[in-house]
Amino acid sequence: MTALKPNTQRISIKNASPAERIVVGGLGAGLILLGLQRTGRVRAFLSSAGAIMVSSAAMGKSPYNTLAKIRRTESNDIKVDKAVTIGLPVEQLYAFWRKFENLPRFMSHLESVKEETQTRSHWVAKAPAGTHVSWDADIVEDAPGERIAWRSVEGSIVPNEGYVEFRAAPQGRGTEVRVSLIYHPPAGTLGAGVARLFGEEPAQQVEHDLRRLKRLLEVGLEPTTEGQSSGRKGLLSEGLAKLFDNGRTS
Amino acid sequence: MKALVWQGVNRVGIETVPDPQILQPTDAIVKVTSTAICGSDLHLLDGYVPSMVHGDILGHEFMGEVVEVGSEVKKIQVGDRVIVPFPISCGHCWYCQQGLTSLCDNSNPNFKLAETMWGYSPAGIYGYSHITGGYAGGQAQYARTVFADANLFKVPDHLSDDQLLFLTDIFPTGHMAAENCNIHPGDTVAVFGCGPVGQFTIRSAFLLGAEQVIAIDRFPERLDLARQAGAVTLNYEKEDVFEKLKMLTGGRGPDSVVDAVGMEAHGTGLMGVADAVKQTTRVLETERPHALRAAIMACRKGGTVSVPGVYGGLGDKIPLGSLMNKALTLHTGQTHVHRYLDRLLKHIQDGDIDPSVIITHRMPLDEAPQAYKIFKHKHENCIKCVLDPWADHSTHTQDAEKPETVEQ
Ligand SMILES: [Zn+2]
Ligand SMILES: [Zn+2]
Repeated sequence: MTALKPNTQRISIKNASPAERIVVGGLGAGLILLGLQRTGRVRAFLSSAGAIMVSSAAMGKSPYNTLAKIRRTESNDIKVDKAVTIGLPVEQLYAFWRKFENLPRFMSHLESVKEETQTRSHWVAKAPAGTHVSWDADIVEDAPGERIAWRSVEGSIVPNEGYVEFRAAPQGRGTEVRVSLIYHPPAGTLGAGVARLFGEEPAQQVEHDLRRLKRLLEVGLEPTTEGQSSGRKGLLSEGLAKLFDNGRTS
Repeated sequence: MKALVWQGVNRVGIETVPDPQILQPTDAIVKVTSTAICGSDLHLLDGYVPSMVHGDILGHEFMGEVVEVGSEVKKIQVGDRVIVPFPISCGHCWYCQQGLTSLCDNSNPNFKLAETMWGYSPAGIYGYSHITGGYAGGQAQYARTVFADANLFKVPDHLSDDQLLFLTDIFPTGHMAAENCNIHPGDTVAVFGCGPVGQFTIRSAFLLGAEQVIAIDRFPERLDLARQAGAVTLNYEKEDVFEKLKMLTGGRGPDSVVDAVGMEAHGTGLMGVADAVKQTTRVLETERPHALRAAIMACRKGGTVSVPGVYGGLGDKIPLGSLMNKALTLHTGQTHVHRYLDRLLKHIQDGDIDPSVIITHRMPLDEAPQAYKIFKHKHENCIKCVLDPWADHSTHTQDAEKPETVEQ
């Protein structure tokens, strides 16, 4: 089955996979236990974080999935829909996106995209441990100033397809950019779960990518605090700050 | 350089940290000549705003001299004397173009964290937890400032730091709070809280044409300062505020009411499980939305409630029935500092207002931990404390040994 049809698969209500529920629930319980061994604020923080995780697991809702708005289709494909408004005219955004070579400038998981013909392109993505995954994709729809759709060719390692739509935003606010992606995780559900832990999770990634695109085009750069001075000494506070500051998925 | 560092709940200390560097071509480094402690720094100190990490440099009210600029900085030059608005504007997004700079789309690197807490992310803020970007703050000898051309505001040499420093936050914040009251000639404005923001709200309300301003607090020195600005004052520990407000407005109630108190933020509630979690943790406990409750109850029918006070999380038992049935307008937000700077600087230059009147304490940065303690507990009638990052510690204290960290 390689035919991936957007919008026809029913969305499952419980968006956490069974394995994930066990992992999240266990983590939450662990945090509560850890919290009980501490005092004061640390105790309160750990136990409340734990409580949220346990209740999420019990409800069959992954907090992560809920937050990242992942929808898991019944065949376990993952569908991502995201939108962003960017303060530039439609034509400019369409032209930028249509030149697929531009995509790695804001799609963090992509190493390169090379346009081989008018409709065929070769995509190289970063994979864990410094490896790469590549596939070919065809443009299946191209309506200038409105919509571009693409689909990986049959037999790809990561079968995927997507489209992007552009529409003038009201009151001169620029362009509404809507992106929709469906992809089939390489090693099933657990594969996606593990990938997610390493920040390779698609919904969050697409959201960050669109924000990066907005900032790239509106401001010319992404704000950062990486490398600023601080009084951090231990690995724990370094790690905690990184956790909070990890606005990027790469 | 020396900087004030958050070391954990109720613990701050002066530490030697690396000097800040230009990290992006739109950055500028400011040598800080004056910096202040703000009421919202106390929420960070207390740990009520989540996402503080040991080592974070605090401070969002600071000014100084530009000592280095990135390659793409055009309008600002080395040697410029500037104030640094606390919310960071990118200068390009729709919000920034509308003058709504505290809602900038692009200046918060940690937008995801903010969206989780609040739905959408407002602007990045210096020294103000990782939710608003995790930017290092200005209670330090130097500070890295970002999008320098869109943010740094040049100030004239003939005015002192004391007169200019509060343009970074509390003067515009008080002013916006008054502006949000939608004042008409003859109006009465009631201001809950006579701290620094409340003081500027009172003064701005008069500048904007209020006939009567009623100021409410419990500290005599703060009420005195409010009276000096022309306000009628009420001590809520001694008087029935609601009844008094009615008496002072012919039984109608104030046309607008300002909550310049805010609350210790309610913490980290997410995803509708908050209620269950709240019962078992301290983090989500309801703290003090008293001022907001009182403001809503006291406001006349069809009036406006303006909220400059800082709220971070979830409120409990807010009188929504009163809000709805009296047809109140609720107006709030972090301050769009940038859009007020020209006109407020002019008010200072014209002598309409002297912001320095609220300063009660001047201390060297070295004594900042002590200053936090004094300010937090309102010891020594403290209203506003200004820190000098370059004052020589030894010349300003008689104490032979001062601990680096002061338990707050
Ligand atoms: Zn402040
Ligand atoms: Zn902006």
